[in-house]
Amino acid sequence: MARFLVRRFAYLLVLVVVSTSVAYFLAATQLNPRSRYEGRNPPPPAAVVDATLDALNMNDKTPLVQRFSRWVRGVVHGDFGRTIDNTSVNEEFGRRVFVSLRLLLIGSLFGTLLGVAAGAYGAVHQYRVSDRVLTIFSFVTLSIPVVVLAVLFKNAGIGLNNLLGFTGEVKLLYTTGEITPGLDSWSWAGIVNRLSHLVLPSLVLAAVAIAYYGRYQRNAMLDVLGSDFLRTARAKGLRRSRALIKHGLRTALIPMATFFAYEFALLFVGATFTEKIFGWHGMGEYFVDSVTKNDVNSVAAVTLFVAVLVLAAGFLADLTYALLDPRVRV
Amino acid sequence: MSAATPERSETSSGRNDVEAVPRLVLVARRFRRQPLAQLGLVVVVVLFALAYLSPYFTTWQYNQLDTAAFLSPPTLKHWFGTTQNGFDMFALTMRGMQKSLVIGLLGALISTGLAAVVGAFAGYFGGWLNAVLVGVIDLLLVLPAFLIIAILSPAFQGHTWLIFVLLLAAFQWMITARIVRGLTLSLKEREFVQAARFMGVSGPRIIFRHILPNMASLLIIDATVNVSSLILAEVGLSFFGFGVQPPDVSLGTLIGGAAGAALTFPWQFYFPAGFLVALVLSINVIGDGLRDAFDPNAGSAESS
Repeated sequence: MARFLVRRFAYLLVLVVVSTSVAYFLAATQLNPRSRYEGRNPPPPAAVVDATLDALNMNDKTPLVQRFSRWVRGVVHGDFGRTIDNTSVNEEFGRRVFVSLRLLLIGSLFGTLLGVAAGAYGAVHQYRVSDRVLTIFSFVTLSIPVVVLAVLFKNAGIGLNNLLGFTGEVKLLYTTGEITPGLDSWSWAGIVNRLSHLVLPSLVLAAVAIAYYGRYQRNAMLDVLGSDFLRTARAKGLRRSRALIKHGLRTALIPMATFFAYEFALLFVGATFTEKIFGWHGMGEYFVDSVTKNDVNSVAAVTLFVAVLVLAAGFLADLTYALLDPRVRV
Repeated sequence: MSAATPERSETSSGRNDVEAVPRLVLVARRFRRQPLAQLGLVVVVVLFALAYLSPYFTTWQYNQLDTAAFLSPPTLKHWFGTTQNGFDMFALTMRGMQKSLVIGLLGALISTGLAAVVGAFAGYFGGWLNAVLVGVIDLLLVLPAFLIIAILSPAFQGHTWLIFVLLLAAFQWMITARIVRGLTLSLKEREFVQAARFMGVSGPRIIFRHILPNMASLLIIDATVNVSSLILAEVGLSFFGFGVQPPDVSLGTLIGGAAGAALTFPWQFYFPAGFLVALVLSINVIGDGLRDAFDPNAGSAESS
């Protein structure tokens, strides 16, 4: 067992190292940090540009291997280097992860719970109106790209603001950022302000989660509904609702554990489209900005972060599965 | 059950003929019993025809400026309005849909084909080939596809969009390949495969003649689902300028370019977005219908 775990861990470590290196080499060869200084007017002296890029470890005149080894040396000591704006990548992560968490936690939690509940309810009432509504909702929502969905919600929010006369500085629903600048986070007004910033992006995230989990939970529940053990539970005299929840839903949740594990890990990765459109400065935005800004170190660090999270999620999924399903023996 | 009866009596004499109905005919029959999936198929065909044939009938082409109508809302002259530069939105939307359709169909073909080949070879041959291929699958699953394609986007700027399709497909096939590999592992032990092997049929031939046809249903469904997910992936990437590059137009570039103007010039956003959703929704409905039609445990399968 121990040997198996060690081998497995080594394999995962190799995957992380290889994927991060691939990302670093791709970023270092394809992105062009120098272009940031080329368009300036007046053009900065070449020596200054070189010195700045050298300090960032992004000078394309330095051999790639040398840059890479300097970066690796930093990573091994826990330092992910500098961003192109000469801030610390570590600090950037520390700030952005929490922004993403604040954005995603409520929406994902609500969406997942509602999705699971709706899916289970739909399966029990298969082909009735409620089930059809859920199915149609899932199909339509999953057919709309998140970018379009986010734009739709954003514009609906702006429309509602205008309709209710919130045309000034104070809005009913805010569409950019996480708090109006200048407000104290922990005052009553600050919390209300934060919440009204959260409504629209959370609705987007929740809609997608409901559609996604509703669909899967419905299928998982349908598989369980015809089972013998559920009939036995009824036959021994359990009420229908109790049998459905205790023996039906609980069993149907086991295959969903995998999805939850991944969802939990990916909370930290953020939501690229939602963050970009609603102007939250979280990890998802970092994802896109690191490429558009030619920020080599950030790209590599983000890849490393995602790789670790995805593998951790896989491990977590296997673990929960083994814990929940008595048939799985470790 | 009842729907199959007329055909049964038509074919010829006895009830035993039913057993001889080829699988594809059976699947087609089951598919035809699903009105929603059929509607989806009709919509996709209509959209396909519209995208490719409408340029021959409309006065305005996608690359043609109307200097008399900048930012015009929908009119009789410009059905979907015009853009800032006076391009006709209808022509642009059709052009964009052409590209999205090609990206989806071609990408799905590549991705499902790759999944089938890699999965089957890894499963059938095992050994070091299996180890290498599984390693590649795991590695690609760990790499964030969005980021890698975004990094490489400057590389295919000014080149053909086919590179972009290849990249999209390259990050799409891994999960299916895992499933195919699992199925191959069990099919490998079945009598008909063993028999072929003892008769001296070569490995690749067994894979293409005996193993892959046995999972045709899975592959067909997977390809259908891939079409819609690739179209959606294209939109996401093109939204940030990492996808299809100008002068090429896709639904993603149109939506991305007009997202900021959705409130002020709604026709620029809602027409391409509407067509996109209609297209993806129809493909998803077809995929769901196919899944039911192929599923031997589906209720309607009792007929035989």
